[in-house]
Amino acid sequence: MSCSRRNFLKDAAGAAFVSSLPLSAFVILTTEEAKAAVAAATVRWGYLVDTNKCTGCGMCVKACKNENEIPYDAPVTRTWVERYVVTKDGTTHIDSPDGGRDGFTSDKIRDEEVDPENIAKAFFVPKLCNQCDNPACVQVCPVGATYKTEDGVVLIDREWCIGCGYCIMACPYGVRFFHPDHKVADKCNFCYHRITKGMMPACVESCAFGARRLANLRDPDDPVTKIITTERVAVLKDEYGTKPHVFYLGLDNNVR
Amino acid sequence: MPEDAIVHGVEWTVKELFVYPNEFIYWSIQIVMYPYMTGLVAGAFVLSSLYHVFGQKDLKEIAQFSLVFSLALLPVAALPLLLHLQQPLRAMEPLMTPHFTSAIAAFGIVFTVYGLIVVSEIWFVYREYFVHELTVLRDTGGFWNALRRVVYKVLTFGAKDVSDSAIRVDHKAAKILAAVGIPVACFLHGYAGFIFGSVKANALWMSPLMPVIFIMSAVVSGIALCMLTYIVIMEFQAFRQRRKGGTAQAGETKGAEIDVISKATRYLLGFLVAAISLELLDLIFRGYTAMKSWDILRSVMYGKDFINIFVLQYTLGNLVPFVLLLLPGRTIKRIVVALLLVLFGVFMMRWNVVIGGQAFSLSFSGYMHYHIPIIPHSFETYKEGVFGALTVIATPFVLFWLINKFVPSLRRNIGKA
Repeated sequence: MSCSRRNFLKDAAGAAFVSSLPLSAFVILTTEEAKAAVAAATVRWGYLVDTNKCTGCGMCVKACKNENEIPYDAPVTRTWVERYVVTKDGTTHIDSPDGGRDGFTSDKIRDEEVDPENIAKAFFVPKLCNQCDNPACVQVCPVGATYKTEDGVVLIDREWCIGCGYCIMACPYGVRFFHPDHKVADKCNFCYHRITKGMMPACVESCAFGARRLANLRDPDDPVTKIITTERVAVLKDEYGTKPHVFYLGLDNNVR
Repeated sequence: MPEDAIVHGVEWTVKELFVYPNEFIYWSIQIVMYPYMTGLVAGAFVLSSLYHVFGQKDLKEIAQFSLVFSLALLPVAALPLLLHLQQPLRAMEPLMTPHFTSAIAAFGIVFTVYGLIVVSEIWFVYREYFVHELTVLRDTGGFWNALRRVVYKVLTFGAKDVSDSAIRVDHKAAKILAAVGIPVACFLHGYAGFIFGSVKANALWMSPLMPVIFIMSAVVSGIALCMLTYIVIMEFQAFRQRRKGGTAQAGETKGAEIDVISKATRYLLGFLVAAISLELLDLIFRGYTAMKSWDILRSVMYGKDFINIFVLQYTLGNLVPFVLLLLPGRTIKRIVVALLLVLFGVFMMRWNVVIGGQAFSLSFSGYMHYHIPIIPHSFETYKEGVFGALTVIATPFVLFWLINKFVPSLRRNIGKA
């Protein structure tokens, strides 16, 4: 075989191109394949909120802000509590002053007096990241800085987030925000640094009423998992197809 | 709160009724500028391709100009994205670790491909001119000429063959690049529409029509800006010639200008009709299907943003220029007014999509109002305020002035491709 200069250059260029591609470029695993590749996970974190038990004291929000170093007075928070007051005429009044951090000490809802005689029902709803199985935020991150772990929690890499805000826009629950100090996206991660060491999230720990509880959904003997699997629970906004993993007991259809 | 603990968005967001605590207008003026500038790039390129690919001879004058102008606009399409990032130093990460399920991840790639197409097309169109300049400058002295000589020498890339066959190859290459460039330009911009249209959490944005609407309005704004800049430059040249006493020449310039402008106007009107039809279709469809989000969308569109959408965008930005351009006896002055209104209308459309999409809470129970920072008191309020937007608008004209020094797009005797 003759080896002309042209052929040599051609082959050399081809070889250079092929060798420059990492082998991993040819193996793109689906999530399922990736799961099968590693040992079957024994943990899938879930969360149960019993709205019947929540009194709106705001201790969970306080604990969360302190535990996760979210500037205390900044108007952003990883978890918050909403107050719903439905009057007899069917109007729903909702508020969450400072995320409910200091409790709901005023009868007024956004400076509006609601006549106690006129209230049909009223309740509190704690909110946090839903650690979705099909998280919209992970899908839209252009650099893969936010990702879902094996145990189902969605995390953010503060060293890699470019701060484009696309994940904030994509989350139907509005749980994401820009951290005022780190200037990157931030949200609840079930206190991942605690739960991976056998501790409970700060909000669960601080709830005196047992309204907030963590569950390992893969453990059938987990008492909270038992409640989720045997009782009638609901999730928020399932129409978005995100498969949220924060379950609610006593969820009202007025809850947004 | 210390200075560094400022929460992004608090500065310009005013909340009304119930809004989730973490919700703010996170995407502000720079994200309005991004699709606006990208649209201008894409539109300018499409206008130039009408001549290069489809052989619309009467568009030749403006085609040459819009090709070079689209190069000047190109860096400015990425500038707003850079300005809005909270971590601008990490701007290259989407190229290093692209996460392809994200619509934004491909931006760098599409943008680079498009940039290469524009640059190489310009090179093929102007190579003959570069070589010619090199010959002319060969024996001249002076620093400026020496600099020009070096620049042209680099620009030729050593390809100094200007024989007929070589020029034919140039022309063919330019034509192929212009043809490939049209879908890429549309992709670059349709893809900006996809970034918004695919956000399922946002009731206003989520629509498969969004990319197509974006492309149509992009072409409209691109053509309008090219026509406008072209008219201004031509009028200025005619004005200079009149002052020198060359009235005959000035008249000639004017005549050529009217022809080009009439032709370009026809394309402008066509794309304008397409854009408006699609936007209205989207609106009617939302109203007719009346999904869960319609209540809040209706209150935003027909209430809070009525002036922005129906008065400023549809009436002043679409209907009025449409009538102005259609009425017989067009004059340059009237066309200029119409073009300014068209540009304003497309800007309002971007504004109403980006800001309007954040005007209501994800809870569907409250509203957010955007108060654009005017006088900046920090870098953030500069870049996310009026002056940041003005910087973005001014940059392409500065770049064009610079590029035009070496790649003259307004002289008639060069770049015959």
